[in-house]
Amino acid sequence: MSKPEFSLAELMIVAASEAWRNNGEWLASGLGIIPRLGASLAKVSHSPELLMTDSEAFLVEEPVPVGPRGDYQPKYAGYMPFERIFDCVWHGRRHAMVGPTQIDRWAQSNLSVVGDYHKPKVAMLGVRGLPGNSINHRNSFFVPNHNSRVFVAGEVDMVSGVGFKPERWGPGMRRDLMSIGVAVTDLCVMDWNGPDNAPRVVSLHPGVDFDLVQERTGFPLLKVENLGETPHPTAEQLAAIARLDPHNLRSKQLKGNPAGVRSAEEVRA
Amino acid sequence: MNKLMTAADAVGQLRDGMTVGFGGWGPRRKPMAIVREILRSDVKDLTVVAYGGPEVGMLCAAGKVKKLIFGFATMDAIPLEPYFRKARQAGTLDVMELDEGLFQWGLKAAAMRLPFLPARAGLATDVLTHNSELRTIASPYADGEVLLAMPALNLDVAFIHVNRADRLGNTLITGNDVYFDQHFARAAEHCYVSAEEVEDKLELDAETARFSTFERSLVTGVVHAPLGAHPTACGPAYGWDMQHLKAYSDTAAQDDGWQQYLATHVSCSDAEYLERNGGAERISQLPMPIF
Repeated sequence: MSKPEFSLAELMIVAASEAWRNNGEWLASGLGIIPRLGASLAKVSHSPELLMTDSEAFLVEEPVPVGPRGDYQPKYAGYMPFERIFDCVWHGRRHAMVGPTQIDRWAQSNLSVVGDYHKPKVAMLGVRGLPGNSINHRNSFFVPNHNSRVFVAGEVDMVSGVGFKPERWGPGMRRDLMSIGVAVTDLCVMDWNGPDNAPRVVSLHPGVDFDLVQERTGFPLLKVENLGETPHPTAEQLAAIARLDPHNLRSKQLKGNPAGVRSAEEVRA
Repeated sequence: MNKLMTAADAVGQLRDGMTVGFGGWGPRRKPMAIVREILRSDVKDLTVVAYGGPEVGMLCAAGKVKKLIFGFATMDAIPLEPYFRKARQAGTLDVMELDEGLFQWGLKAAAMRLPFLPARAGLATDVLTHNSELRTIASPYADGEVLLAMPALNLDVAFIHVNRADRLGNTLITGNDVYFDQHFARAAEHCYVSAEEVEDKLELDAETARFSTFERSLVTGVVHAPLGAHPTACGPAYGWDMQHLKAYSDTAAQDDGWQQYLATHVSCSDAEYLERNGGAERISQLPMPIF
């Protein structure tokens, strides 16, 4: 049997989908095309119990394909406007995958400003929902371009999402409701499950070695024992992804739409 | 009872230094006809409270904003609001940057006439570090948990754009999401609504009446503003005008860009505004965005 060809975006969608495995009846929110396809793939394959929205105001039991809908009619199962999303967030049964501008060794994240807070070099969106999401439910990260400007040395410039840095937590504050899932990047999959929540590389994408990931990360990384390759998409997963993304928007998410299997030279290029 | 007034009447109630809330969410159902009227006025030093879209950028560009209370400022498909960025990066804008849910909590506290509501959102982040007025509070019960005490966001005035209204101040929001407009209305001393359609008196069946989200007793004035959310979306009637928003965004890169935008889209009548944006027919047919 010949191995199916797949893109790096498809590999990352499959890796992202694994974040929601065994979550239970949680609201799966993937922000951006690749995370959303990851959540959708999780729901149509291994985790049908997940809750999902049409990314606007309604719950659906069948993930809505991304992009222009043509004849497709979303199959609504309930109502989920922003106010109810907040209720859901504070209640905790949600797992979001978001793409912050900066992430640090403590899994703290930043979507607000780069540089000095009072006169920032770059003003981005603002903290959005990161403070509430991160302290109330599980969060994973999506990083399309793994480098040390995203995975910063030291602390992120404006802590928008909470992490594991003890000094940030005052006495009496509940830390047990927060949970960090994984970071899916264009080089690897990471988690924060090392000793004292140290960041670790969990799997490497084809053609990537640990040294390269470390080189492009601003803080020290551990690796899991028997560090292996990120699982390749199966033919069934690729077919499901094609159904969920009929306009191939996934091909536009990563610069140059790289192949899933690359040589070490191609990765470093 | 007749609360019908012009946008100029409503904006005429503003005084320098007031705290003003805007309903809607990002580039969605913003009271832009009212915002353009504020841009034409002399009022200044406003504290603007919003889930920010282009109204925040425009008011910043015009130098109307002393302080911004916000969770984000974005135009969604154009993620970064250009004039908000300019003001923010110039270091001249006083900000209270909040979590989206915490922001809602401040409006609800004001709406319930409470000094604060407890929350976890914001703890262990720089939301606390950079907002020195925020305090924490220990639960008085056995758990003793330390929480953030989100202060009430009391508004002098709220501006909201709705789909239908009547002269009494009854309102209907028929889009898929009502956002947090009912809390803005309740958090404000005075609330002015602009509406796509204004009738003498709404006479509704039960299904339609459910689109009413706040009482007419909260509404001080009603402004008839057809297509008044443009260039933001007003579901289900019309989508956002990405062509306009893109052109607006591009002006921020030009030396006299804002002056040009003002000249073309603000220093004109409502009729001229519609005409300069392709006419009422084009705007009313802008497709709703697909998510």
